[in-house]
Amino acid sequence: MTPTLLETVTTRANPGIDPALHVWGWEITAYLFLGGIVAGIFVLVAGLALASGEGLRSRVLRPMPLVALGLLSAGMLALWLDLAHRLWAWRFYATVRPTSPMSWGAWILVLIYPAGLLFFLGSLDGTGRAALTARAPVPLRRLLARLTEWSDRFRRPVLLVSVAMGAGLGLYTGLLLGTMPSRLLWNSAVLGPLFLASGLSTGAAFLLLFPLDEAERKTLVRWDVLAIAAELVLVALFLVGLATSGEPGRAAAGLLLGGTYTAVFWSLVVVTGLLVPLAMELLESRRHLPFVALTPVLILAGGLALRWVLLVAGQASAFRMLP
Amino acid sequence: MRRETRRYAMTVDTRLCVGCKACVLACKAENDVPDGFCRDWIVEEVRGEFPDLLAEIRSERCNHCSESPCVKACPTGASHVNEGGTVLVTHGKCSGCKACIAACPYDARFVHPKGYIDKCTFCLHRVREGLRPACVSVCPTGTLVFGDRNDPESPVARKLGTRKWKVRHPESGARPNLFFLV
Amino acid sequence: MPTTRREFIRIGASGAALALAGTGLATKWWGLDPDVVHDPGTDGDHVVPTFCELCFWKCGLLAHVKDGRVTKLTGNPEHPLSRGRLCPRGTGGTGLLYDPDRLKKPLLRRTGKRGDQSFEEVSWDAALDFTAEKLQKIKKECGPEKVALFSHGFGGSFFKHLLFAYGSANVAAPSYGQCRGPREVAFNLTYGTNLGSPEILDLGNARVITLIGSHLGENMHNTQVQDFAQAIANGAEVIVVDPRFSTAAGKAKHWLPIKPGTDLALLLAWMHVIVNEGLYDRDYVEKYTVGFDALKKHVADKTPEWAFTETSISPETIVRTARVIAGGRPGSLVHPGRHTTWYGDDTQRGRAVAILNALLGSWGRRGGFFVPASLPIPKYPVPPYPAEPKTSQDHPNGVSYPFADEVLSHGVCDATVPGRIGGEGCPIRAWIVYGTNLIQSLPQPEKTLEAIQKLDLLVAIDVLPAEIVGWADVVLPECTYLERWDDIAPVPWREPFLAVRQPVVPPMYDSRPGWWIAKQLANRLDLGAWFPWDDARAMVEARLAQGGYDVAAIRSKGVVRGPAVPVTTEDGLALTFATPSKKIELYSKQMADAGLAPLPPYTRHEEPPPGRFRLLFGRTPVHTFGRTTNNRFLSEVTRDNEVWLNAKIARERGLAGGESVVLVNQDGVKSSPARLKVTERIRPDCVWVVHGYGHTSPGLKFARGRGLDDAKLVTRIAVDPVAGTTGMSVNFVSVERA
Ligand SMILES: Nc1nc2c(c(=O)[nH]1)N[C@H]1C(S)=C(S)[C@@H](COP(=O)(O)OP(=O)(O)OC[C@H]3O[C@@H](n4cnc5c(=O)[nH]c(N)nc54)[C@H](O)[C@@H]3O)O[C@H]1N2
Ligand SMILES: Nc1nc2c(c(=O)[nH]1)N[C@H]1C(S)=C(S)[C@@H](COP(=O)(O)OP(=O)(O)OC[C@H]3O[C@@H](n4cnc5c(=O)[nH]c(N)nc54)[C@H](O)[C@@H]3O)O[C@H]1N2
Ligand code: SF4
Ligand code: SF4
Ligand code: SF4
Ligand code: SF4
Ligand code: SF4
Ligand SMILES: [Mo]
Repeated sequence: MTPTLLETVTTRANPGIDPALHVWGWEITAYLFLGGIVAGIFVLVAGLALASGEGLRSRVLRPMPLVALGLLSAGMLALWLDLAHRLWAWRFYATVRPTSPMSWGAWILVLIYPAGLLFFLGSLDGTGRAALTARAPVPLRRLLARLTEWSDRFRRPVLLVSVAMGAGLGLYTGLLLGTMPSRLLWNSAVLGPLFLASGLSTGAAFLLLFPLDEAERKTLVRWDVLAIAAELVLVALFLVGLATSGEPGRAAAGLLLGGTYTAVFWSLVVVTGLLVPLAMELLESRRHLPFVALTPVLILAGGLALRWVLLVAGQASAFRMLP
Repeated sequence: MRRETRRYAMTVDTRLCVGCKACVLACKAENDVPDGFCRDWIVEEVRGEFPDLLAEIRSERCNHCSESPCVKACPTGASHVNEGGTVLVTHGKCSGCKACIAACPYDARFVHPKGYIDKCTFCLHRVREGLRPACVSVCPTGTLVFGDRNDPESPVARKLGTRKWKVRHPESGARPNLFFLV
Repeated sequence: MPTTRREFIRIGASGAALALAGTGLATKWWGLDPDVVHDPGTDGDHVVPTFCELCFWKCGLLAHVKDGRVTKLTGNPEHPLSRGRLCPRGTGGTGLLYDPDRLKKPLLRRTGKRGDQSFEEVSWDAALDFTAEKLQKIKKECGPEKVALFSHGFGGSFFKHLLFAYGSANVAAPSYGQCRGPREVAFNLTYGTNLGSPEILDLGNARVITLIGSHLGENMHNTQVQDFAQAIANGAEVIVVDPRFSTAAGKAKHWLPIKPGTDLALLLAWMHVIVNEGLYDRDYVEKYTVGFDALKKHVADKTPEWAFTETSISPETIVRTARVIAGGRPGSLVHPGRHTTWYGDDTQRGRAVAILNALLGSWGRRGGFFVPASLPIPKYPVPPYPAEPKTSQDHPNGVSYPFADEVLSHGVCDATVPGRIGGEGCPIRAWIVYGTNLIQSLPQPEKTLEAIQKLDLLVAIDVLPAEIVGWADVVLPECTYLERWDDIAPVPWREPFLAVRQPVVPPMYDSRPGWWIAKQLANRLDLGAWFPWDDARAMVEARLAQGGYDVAAIRSKGVVRGPAVPVTTEDGLALTFATPSKKIELYSKQMADAGLAPLPPYTRHEEPPPGRFRLLFGRTPVHTFGRTTNNRFLSEVTRDNEVWLNAKIARERGLAGGESVVLVNQDGVKSSPARLKVTERIRPDCVWVVHGYGHTSPGLKFARGRGLDDAKLVTRIAVDPVAGTTGMSVNFVSVERA
């Protein structure tokens, strides 16, 4: 048997690669975070609309699909800023790469816009539509009318598609990382569902920042409780899964359980971002305590932290950690 | 297009390598690798306790994996499989998204200051002219051997047939083509 | 560029001919825009063969030039010393050529103190006139032998020629008195010839290789490392005797972590075993040697048990390795070492190595020492040197070293300080320093500086603002080896060959080739008759033509190789020895007559006091002393030196790897800070650093302040009574947090 490794010296010191991989920073964190919120908004708002036979009660929710597309565009801007070869960004759309999650992502993103537009038109009420048509440039008005009429005729399908799109986007943000086994920490099937759950929760939190119709708000809180609960379960599965998946997984999990990123992960993500808000929401819905505006803020902070930690720790978790 | 039958590979004889780094410098010169970056590098490992010590010196680079995760991860097709299974990046197709970097189990890639992704090319531009890669060509100890694994007559195939060898992190599933003779 | 396209290799069944773009699976999708194999385009629009000067081994290069810029340097497949391969330093020659810190104009110190760097840029005429006037004055006042030349490197040939013509024999270099000296003297005494550089070792065919120090792989002389690797590939057994787990030790079957300074005990014990067990080459010893019986008596009591107490190497190991060494003969090579100025009894250690090799019958044998061959090349006709140059002035403290076959640098230093040695007449008044950084390569820098302050004139001819340059009165900027012609290199080697150095690109800045500088000085010193050629090219081509060589062919190949001749007995060589007895002198009557021990005695050396460590030093493969540590290209892979300290010791002292430490020697001299390397790879009683760092010259903008300079800490030396060389591994340092 070979004695244990004592001294390792390498001459490699490539910027961004050594001593630990760090090629993705705030831009990708922001994109994953915003993508999650957008996913959440799509699923939840469409879900509410489906739940209530007749349209959304809260006026603020009506333009939300459009807001979501705004947030998504911000996310895509961050994504573009992250590119090292920005002028070649169009190359994403010069091909379709079935093996590359990054490629699906690029295409999902473009599909989401039309869907989101119909979703938006469908959720507007008479006055809203009037206002919109008024603002739209004349040549576009007929098209607008056509689309609106359309979005009404196919109300349910549009909403269902929106839910699907949202879910897809939410899952995708996780899969993007989850399909890179070379980063030991990301080597987990749980990542997709986890990011989706977090997306739903942060989406709900985002919506809860606005004055909502009481009934709809209560529904959202109830759904959020479920999302957070699911998230906690998935986090547990994620860590247990890694820790029991052999040497590489153990090394990776180590980063979160007694490693560089342990403190941030547990304090920011788990406690501040999940447990505390969960408690507050339970208290509200069960004990009927007054709703605290702080809760959604904590959830959003937690969601951001979750993505940051997993992104940074994930990049650092490499085969080179193993002998 | 002709069917690819060649499988280029490199053997690194850890018994011979003295860690002189000529291969690193020759690569930088041949491939105009920007200051502060390298396509190949030297790893020196020492095991044991004074005075019972074992040393291993390896000259490492892209493994031109047969199941290259970098190519799979690439959304634009810039990262692709070229002659002899050599994994290359076409600068003009590369968006600099860095998915391939994250996907590489061996952290063999880096972002070239010009924005596209760079790494070892097996010096395909030389190989096509019947030359050996620059690192192989300079190596004073003959540690490095390059050739077509699928050709039983090729120097690599013979080495692999006659010597004990290992690859880095086989568990990555990437099926690397850089073989370390022990 | 046919020359670069020689190394055609078999890539595979289909060959390399088939070159088609992107057959990649991925690209089949997008065949419209095929994938590209980018050519970095570093091939030259023309390629110039020449030879390297990053160290002194002279490997053949092919220099690629594109749009007037040297893009890369590769090994010349035709050249026997490179065989198409280069060491890292040779690969990085462009880093010297394009070093922004190079000397760019002649400098003159008219005012100010020596060493205060108060230079002004002057014309070549001004600098040369100034130099020539002073030299003429000295010659008139107290004779030409009061001028000394320190010269290291191939371009120095023109200045040696100049100094002999001028009438002085004081031509020294630290590469003798601080390097090869003891070994050369030992082999001269034993075999009647020295080993020179490149060493005449048939390492590649050796079956057993024993390295005493000699850290091949870090000591990166290209051909020697190629041969070492070839031997390992052929299954040679390697024995490494080194207090440090060197790179070579990592390749060795037997690593003997010997107590520093005790190698002679080990060598004697090995001979004891080999003689007593009758494992030596009887016929060879019978036929070619004298003094075996005396040797047998001499080693009778040098038992492995005795050696154990000195060396800390177990008797079992000594016996086992002795048998391995003998088992490999005659292809069993005990490496003679190169940098052998360690402890002051170095010639005797060298003698022990020489004698041991004789017992193995490795001299003139395949896998041992070969007897080199070289091609004849006529001299350029010049007048004989004036009145046989008087003997040099280099006898430290009045002692004479008859066996030293070169001038001793530190001796010249001493001969420069009035009263330090009883030499006749007035002491040396002027130094010409070519290609040697005396401040970092001579021990006891303070003594060197004392001598420098006594001079009337110090001329430095260099490419970089090295420390020595700062102490000069006149600085003459030479162009680099890639920008100049030099003399022909007739390197004695396993196969005879001649190589030429020719300019690859024109000189940058206002730098000039050494041959031009020497000729200009000669003209001003009325020595023009010794420099009759218009330029070095004319001289080289004339000599080649005279010798009947095809000048054009040599220039296009960089080298001409002669027919193979026997260099070992296996290929039919008859051995002769230029010793008084015409045999290998195991027992040296010459030494006895000179009052020196005729058989190597073991002397015990002072050991480091508690809390201190013996300061040892060596090489990194990427650099040559201090001459490349400002080379930014090479520094991409090695940018400073570390202090190696044993891990257990470090733990005891609570020192951690990577910490910044300083070394303080027994005389209170403190080094600049360097990183600490905590390692199992070294004995607890010594520390080790790579030589050539810790530059202080402000002109070396990159290297200045990187790492530490071991030379500064060598305030004590042990002068070898036989060779007069300076043992430098006799300094003890403490390791302290910076
Ligand atoms: N890359 C590179 N290569 C070079 C040079 C260079 O500058 N750079 N310089 C060239 C020149 S000019 C020379 S002279 C050579 C020098 O290279 P060598 O001739 O190999 O020099 P040494 O001093 O024998 O080797 C130093 C080794 O000896 C060990 N050592 C120190 N003290 C002792 C001792 O008491 N006993 C034993 N057994 N070992 C000991 C050290 O630990 C170290 O590993 O290198 C040549 N090659
Ligand atoms: N403390 C200590 N002292 C040592 C050693 C050690 O290991 N430790 N090693 C010893 C050994 S083995 C040797 S061989 C000597 C070597 O000692 P030196 O011969 O002094 O070698 P360097 O110190 O490299 O100095 C070389 C000088 O030549 C200059 N130079 C480089 N190329 C050219 C050129 O083309 N033309 C001119 N004109 N100048 C050029 C460089 O700028 C540098 O100033 O040192 C010995 N001294
Ligand atoms: S050049 Fe050869 S010997 Fe030197 S480090 Fe590279 S592989 Fe090893
Ligand atoms: S080593 Fe990395 S970069 Fe090279 S082929 Fe394999 S995955 Fe791709
Ligand atoms: S960075 Fe370039 S090569 Fe790498 S995955 Fe993205 S597009 Fe492909
Ligand atoms: S094959 Fe070419 S590109 Fe790859 S490391 Fe060697 S020299 Fe560099
Ligand atoms: S050994 Fe290296 S530095 Fe020395 S001459 Fe040869 S190539 Fe140049
Ligand atoms: Mo030397």
